[in-house]
Amino acid sequence: MTTSAPAHQPDRKPVRLPWAILLERRLEIPRWLPVATTIGAVVVALVISGVILWFAGGDPIAIFIHIVRSSFGSLGVLSDTLVMATPLILTGLACALAFRMRLWNIGAEGQFLMGAWGASAVVLIPIVPAGTPSIITIPLMMVGGMAAGGVYGAIPGILKAFRGVNEIIVTLMLNYIAALWIAYWVFGPWSEAGFQLTAQFPKEAWLPRLSDYSSAVPAFSGLTVHLGLIFGLVAAMLVRFLLFRSRSGYEIRLIGDSPRAARYAGINVARNTVIVFALSGALAGLAGMSEVSGVVHRLQQAISPGYGFTAIIVAYIAKLHPYGVIVAAIAFGALILAGREIQPSGIPAMIQGIILFCLIASEVALRYRVRIERRMA
Amino acid sequence: MDPTIILAAGVASGTVLLFAAVGEIFAERAGVINLGVEGMMLIGAVVAFGTAVATGNAWLGLVLGTLAGGLLAVLHAVITISFQAEQVVSGLALTFLGTGLARVLGEDLSKAGAIALLPTLTIPGLAAVPAIGPILFTDQSVLVYAGYIVVPMAWYWINRTRPGLHLRAVGESPTAADTLGVDVYRLRYAYVVVGGLFAGLAGATITLAISPGWFGDLTVNGQGWIAIAIVIFAQWGVGRAALGAYAFAAIQRLLIDIQGPEQLFGFPNPFYVNHTLTFFLGMVPYVLIIAVLVAVSGEAIRKRIGAPAALGISYVRGERGH
Repeated sequence: MTTSAPAHQPDRKPVRLPWAILLERRLEIPRWLPVATTIGAVVVALVISGVILWFAGGDPIAIFIHIVRSSFGSLGVLSDTLVMATPLILTGLACALAFRMRLWNIGAEGQFLMGAWGASAVVLIPIVPAGTPSIITIPLMMVGGMAAGGVYGAIPGILKAFRGVNEIIVTLMLNYIAALWIAYWVFGPWSEAGFQLTAQFPKEAWLPRLSDYSSAVPAFSGLTVHLGLIFGLVAAMLVRFLLFRSRSGYEIRLIGDSPRAARYAGINVARNTVIVFALSGALAGLAGMSEVSGVVHRLQQAISPGYGFTAIIVAYIAKLHPYGVIVAAIAFGALILAGREIQPSGIPAMIQGIILFCLIASEVALRYRVRIERRMA
Repeated sequence: MDPTIILAAGVASGTVLLFAAVGEIFAERAGVINLGVEGMMLIGAVVAFGTAVATGNAWLGLVLGTLAGGLLAVLHAVITISFQAEQVVSGLALTFLGTGLARVLGEDLSKAGAIALLPTLTIPGLAAVPAIGPILFTDQSVLVYAGYIVVPMAWYWINRTRPGLHLRAVGESPTAADTLGVDVYRLRYAYVVVGGLFAGLAGATITLAISPGWFGDLTVNGQGWIAIAIVIFAQWGVGRAALGAYAFAAIQRLLIDIQGPEQLFGFPNPFYVNHTLTFFLGMVPYVLIIAVLVAVSGEAIRKRIGAPAALGISYVRGERGH
């Protein structure tokens, strides 16, 4: 290496070459660069993953082709991919919103589960009598899910804001607690005939799917995309508006960029912390509602293959931009969908980790640029 | 519900948390948060177990498992120290990567049967000491004894030696340390790797001594995160971390044992009668962690102590900062 690490300039004598490779700090970032580095990072990550797969005795090209074909190959699987992407859009937005303020909400998984529980409670307690029409049941389930997720998200927010408790640890611990909470309800009070799942929700509590309209539009038959996708798209628009067009969003971004400047500007950091955490939890909770109401149609333990954790990467790939979250969520929905059939089962998680590493490593390219300069003789 | 058994088990499985927490203390004292402990432990656990299964040599497994943890930590060091990336995100990436890689490596290991384990020892004279002997010095794994030695050594290194002073300086005020000729980057690299070695050792301790076998992610099952919480509880002190690790593990054991008897203190045991209530018992350790962190935050504010001042902040020579 003729170049040393960006900031690390040891006092050793450099090897004299006729030119020098210099890293210098960028003063401004060209608009195209973040997109380019993100794409570059993902490509590099896939190459690295491919090499590892090849060493592990797999055929990386075949695996990648399989992933693309079994997630985008036909209208049917594309629909399945979008179903997978739906909870990732909502949880990804939850993470992106919190991360904007540099609040490390690692608890989207737990908030997702609590949201699923809150939505289920509406029909299982039951809060509405059986046979209540969808038009009432579904909005109530949305409220239930978002309230449960929001309250659950507010806990680490309050602890962080008023006691300075590390939100990473708290949100992680709450993930475990939420999983046990779900386990208690599906093994105990809501168990159907001793099985580890609840009774199926009545049809009124199901989010409409495209296939429900197949009698009118034959092409829709078998398509599982449900209304939750619309929730995700609308939520992305709302979060974008909140972040970039509202006063609160300005405060959130300012706190994220420079907490000290925000405090001098008189912004109430504690209040924003609680609000952002609650909103983040509500988004993840809505994801949980959409999953039980749109896909599973009952509450059970295994409703999430780690959506809340993948959401962290989704948010990062999107550079914390709400519309980017949609794109990234679809890509990762594909990875999860196709990954279910890939053996060994750790491969998708490994690829996710490598992608995240390459992404954060690539950010160095945003801060520095390489200049090659001829040396004086 | 024998207190001796519960405490002895607490010391045994607390050793896992102890190693991981001590490693994280080294890294954080140098100013680098590494949230990848869980991933590094999983890699350490799977490499150690896989090696022991393949070669029949548990010691070799211990060495390779430890090194594997260190190797993964190098990645974190490059990304956060040289590339100055966000430490929190890099640590999370490390956990994803470690978890996935461990699952890939461990694919066929869950079927592996009995393997060579590290030996257990009873220390002749000390085991006879009433109360302490049966808990600390009877039938414990060699690694548990290693834990007894690691704690005072780590404490002495950090608090009483010149390299330890440099370590603390780098974590509290890298600019000042740099001015005085301490190589901030090199020390941070070194201690992040030390943290990884300890995490790898912690993982190896699980699969080779405390609860042998490979059960996928469940092998480590969140203990890496608990170790990080213990570091905060310990306010970055080694002795208190050891105490926290042993106590936490003992409480976990107590919560399992409490489900056994039909009667508790003369009353019918609710957890025996209604098994679904045990899910609430399962929540206790996690609630406890949160409660302890809340309590410690109050203490930290009162005593004006806390995290190393430069924790989580990348050092860039010549830039304004700590």
